[in-house]
Order: sequence, then C-alpha cells, then structure tokens
Amino acid sequence: MNRINKLLAEKDNILSIYFTAGYPSFDDTRTVVKSLQDNGADLIEIGVPFSDPIADGPTIQYTNTIALENGMTVENLFQQLVDVREDVEVPLIMMSSLNPILQYGFEEFCKKCKEVGVDGLIIPDLPVEEYIAEYKTIVEGYGLRNVILITPASTDDRIRLIDDNTDAFIYMVSSSAITGTNTKFASDFSAFASRLEQMKLKNPRITGFGISDKESFDKVCETSKGGIIGSAFVKALKDSKDVAKSIGDFMVQFKN
Amino acid sequence: METQVSPNERGYYGSFGGAFIPEMMQANIAELQEKYEEIMNAPEFRAEFEQLLKDYVGRPTPLYKATRLSKKYNSNIYLKREDLNHTGAHKINNSLGQIILAKKLGKKKIIAETGAGQHGVATATACALMGIECVVFMGELDVDRQAPNVGRMKMLGAEVIPVSSGSKTLKDATNEAMRYWIANPFDTHYIIGSVVGPHPYPDMVAKFQSVISKEIKKQLKEETGSELPDRVIACVGGGSNATGAFYHFLEDEEVELVAAEAAGKGLDSGFTAAATFKGVSGILHGSKTLFMQTEDGQVEEPHSISAGLDYPGIGPALAHWFESGRVKYEAVTDDHAMKAGMELCKLEGIIPAVESAHALAALDNLDLKPDEIIVVNLSGRGDKDLKTYLDQLES
Repeated sequence: MNRINKLLAEKDNILSIYFTAGYPSFDDTRTVVKSLQDNGADLIEIGVPFSDPIADGPTIQYTNTIALENGMTVENLFQQLVDVREDVEVPLIMMSSLNPILQYGFEEFCKKCKEVGVDGLIIPDLPVEEYIAEYKTIVEGYGLRNVILITPASTDDRIRLIDDNTDAFIYMVSSSAITGTNTKFASDFSAFASRLEQMKLKNPRITGFGISDKESFDKVCETSKGGIIGSAFVKALKDSKDVAKSIGDFMVQFKN
Repeated sequence: METQVSPNERGYYGSFGGAFIPEMMQANIAELQEKYEEIMNAPEFRAEFEQLLKDYVGRPTPLYKATRLSKKYNSNIYLKREDLNHTGAHKINNSLGQIILAKKLGKKKIIAETGAGQHGVATATACALMGIECVVFMGELDVDRQAPNVGRMKMLGAEVIPVSSGSKTLKDATNEAMRYWIANPFDTHYIIGSVVGPHPYPDMVAKFQSVISKEIKKQLKEETGSELPDRVIACVGGGSNATGAFYHFLEDEEVELVAAEAAGKGLDSGFTAAATFKGVSGILHGSKTLFMQTEDGQVEEPHSISAGLDYPGIGPALAHWFESGRVKYEAVTDDHAMKAGMELCKLEGIIPAVESAHALAALDNLDLKPDEIIVVNLSGRGDKDLKTYLDQLES
C-alpha cells in the first residue's frame, strides 16, 4: 500500500512539512528529512528548486534561489535520496514546477521517484486537464499519487474532476493567496471548508498556505485531515548553523 | 506540418501553447477563456476599439516607402510606422484592446509587467484614459536602465513596483505580476504585453495586434496594386509586433515571413536572447514554448542590448510557426542592430527603437532579389534608446 494512503487511513491531524532541497546547504536534504521525521512530521514534501516559481511567495522563492546557487538539480536530489528509505518511514512527496521534471524526462522522473521510495507528486503548474491527457497513466504506472490543489475559487465541477482523478488527498489552498502570505485567511477558509464538507468527496483534504504555527495548524485540523507548513518552516532554517537543532526548535510546538 | 493561425480548444498551436497555470489562477484564466472571443467579436466592442485606435492612437499608421533605404538594397522597402502610434510603439494596440475587455469583465484594477517600459507606459496610458487603477511590475535592473519610462508611468498615475527577485528583469516582472494576480484575483485584470502566457493570452494579444497586417494589406494594395509583398520582416522578443505584422499573411504562403531574434553578443557567446536558435521546449509563464534553459530546466538569463527583446523565450504561436517552417528566423547581434538603427537615422531621418533596428539589420542576412517588395515593421521609435545610441556613437 502506498505510504500516503496508509497514513491517511491511520491518522488524523496530519502534520506535513515542506522544505526546499538544497537549502540552506546543498547537503542538508537527508538531515532535514530525518530530523523532520524524528520530530513528529507525518508527511514530508521535498521541494525541487526552480528559477521561476510562480505559485510561491518571496520566502520560498528565496530558498529556491539559494538552493540553485548551491548546485541543487533533480539528478543531485535523486542521488541524495538513494538510500533515504534506510532510516525514513514517513511518506515523501516531491513538489516541483513542471519544467524541471519535463527536462529530466517525465517518465524517468517518476521511475526514479519509485526507485528511491518517493510516494507522491505535487506539480502546482500542471492543471488537472493536462494531467489527465498526458501524464496520469505514467504517474499511476509507477504507483505514485498525484496531489492536486484546489482553492476557494475552484468550481464544484472542477473539484469533482480533481477528486475523481486522484487517490490520496486533495491539497486545499486555504485562501486565494500565494505561499507565505495569508490574506483573508479566516473568512475565505470557513466558507470553503463547509462547501467541501457538503460535497462529500472521496479523498480527504489537507490544508496548505498561511499555516505557520501550532495555532493555525490546530485550526485547519478542525475542518480537514491536516495541515501543510512551508514558508514558516524554511524561514526557521535561514542562517541555521545546526539544521537538526533548528528543526527540533521549530517542531517542539507541535509536541503535545 | 500544417500552420495554425489560431489555437485549438486547449490553447495549442501544434505542440506549443496550453495553459500551465497553478490552480490559484484557474478562475481568472477560465473566465478569459470563456469570454474573450465573444467580447472581442461584439459589434459594440469593435466600435469602441476601432474608434480609439483611430482618434486616440492615430491609426492607421503610415506605410512609408523608404526610398533611400530601398536604393541601398536595390529593392522596394516599405516601413510600417508603428513608431508613430501614441506612446511610440505598437504596444498600445494591445493595451487598449485589453482594457476595454477588462471593463466589460467588470474589473476595477489593472496589473502589467514591463521590460523596457513600453508596455508599461502603454498600459498606464490606457488606464489613465479609462480612469482605472494601474500597477506595473518592473525588474529593478530595468527600473534603473529605463528611468524615463518609469517617470512617464508615474506621471500617468501608475504605481511602479520594482521587482528584486531572480534576475530582476522582464521574466521576473512577469512572475511577480502573476503572483500578484494569484494573491489578488478579484476585480483585477492582468494585461500581458506580449503573445506569451497561458491560453487565451497569445491568441488575444495576436488578435489585438493583427490590425498591423490588416492595414499593411490595404495600404500595399493601394500603393502597388497587390496586397501581398514578397517578405515581411519584424523583430521578435516575446513576439507581439511580429505576430501583428505576420497575422493576416500567415495563410498567404507566397509571402516570406522573417523574424529577427536578438543574438545579443553572438549566438554562442553565452549572452544571447535567440530563443529558436538556443531554446528548447518547456513550460515558461504558463505555456509550453521554446525558451533558453539549462539542461536541468532552469530558465537562463537572456541578453540583448534591447530591453524589449531581452526575454528568454518566444510566444507559443511563434514557436509553432518555427516548428512548421512558416516563419524564417534570423539572428541579429547587438552591434549589427545598432549599425542598422544608425543607418536608418541617416538615410531616412527616422530614429528606430533598438528592437526595430534588429528587423532592419535582418535585411543584410537575406538574399534579396532585385525589385522585390519588402515590408519592415518599424515597431517603435528610438527616443527611449538615445543613451544606447549615443554610447555607440562615442565608442
């Protein structure tokens, strides 16, 4: 069974953490993944850096720029992950803009994900229609789960289409915003959450965008299966001299 | 391969195009996809657009027979004088079209990206005319390089936001405008300045700019008795003026269409912006197209002496016309373009934009037959480039 599905079947209040591979230093990937797991992350999103990410706010853009300067590439990332499953059990998701994946080769990318033990993909600029037309059979062929975003502006028809074409969780964008900003968080979110509740989707939802701490995480757990923290986490790694310690310091708030 | 003038229902021209956008932009793009053709084809829209092009922009722009330039090349060279448009370039055609469309969609605020500042000025102008709030994103480097245009935008009431992410140029300004749209999706319309971006932008901008080739046909017929020249030449950054100049000739296969790309310091110098020569297919700014990138899929920094051509890719339709062979691409270096620009000043008393000078320079690359009829799209005037020209004169 795919690790993502297993996690979703077994646990509520799923804490998912995003980080950018190659940040703060080129060699931090394994330390970050292991420390996140040891400090209670249920799910980890590994960000592939891209020169021109559209859906990310300034904090994550900055980490992308540094990671690229540090020499991070798709190939290097797979090399770093080769034996990640020796000591990491939590589900891993690769989050990347489409272009780096296309240049690597979409199928080759999926194949490598499977080989190293990555469980799913999030490709924010791959819309569901393109996914269905060109990529779905490849992704499914390698046993990967494709996680698709929905926002308060997504129509019911579109949300149904996304629900029908994924088998893990739906990434619920908390507000009409880019990562690391949280305009209109509260009002948008509760109306959106109750609309989704009424739609009775087959997939559970995990909420992302605008979640920065225990308080905002607990809040989204009331209406969804869990929450994703990105910008606030990578911010905690900025200028870190001891990445494992910084992660411990950040994650301590989530320990009951 | 058959040449497509318009995209299919998924926004594709051959293997290029589409709408590769994050879900957060979906609602705005879907609204445009659903409504743009209906709005643009409505008689009321056409009347307002055409009236403004005539009375406000000063269209039709002249098709001028450049006698001394023609003599040099032993041919008949006509200049399509887009430089004589209000605000000094073809960009205003698109900005006005899109702002009327934005009004019909009930939008209250306009955002735009700009490189050299020409599209920013055109959009700020259109917004002032319509009394709509305007925010222009401009790379920090370009803000410094193009100070007069920053001043113009401010005088016209626009807010200019310097962009400090990435390479601090046009591609980053485009990213930032898209991010702003994602964060502020309600009541805001994004006026993209070129035939780039997710479907329907490439088609929408192409249609607004197609007035250029429509006029060329009519004017050439009056002048020569035939509406078809032997060649049409235009420069290509993102490709909006080229698309406008080629549009109504795409199905006239006897007309050769020539696009002049910026080779910068040379195709193999590492400082170039020639997307068909140096680019490969990938996803940039919401569409699948040709652009310069590393093997790892990171967007490469372009270089051109002309800020308007300093873009790593081209629009998806132009990538398709390259793929289908309908458009012939020529690479023109910085130095060659500057020389051609200077020459037009002396031969014809016209100071062309450095962008347009690339199209003029392409005349040297072609094997011209005696007495053939050539139309060069003079996309903009060179006032904004005085410093670049003067530096060249002194060196």
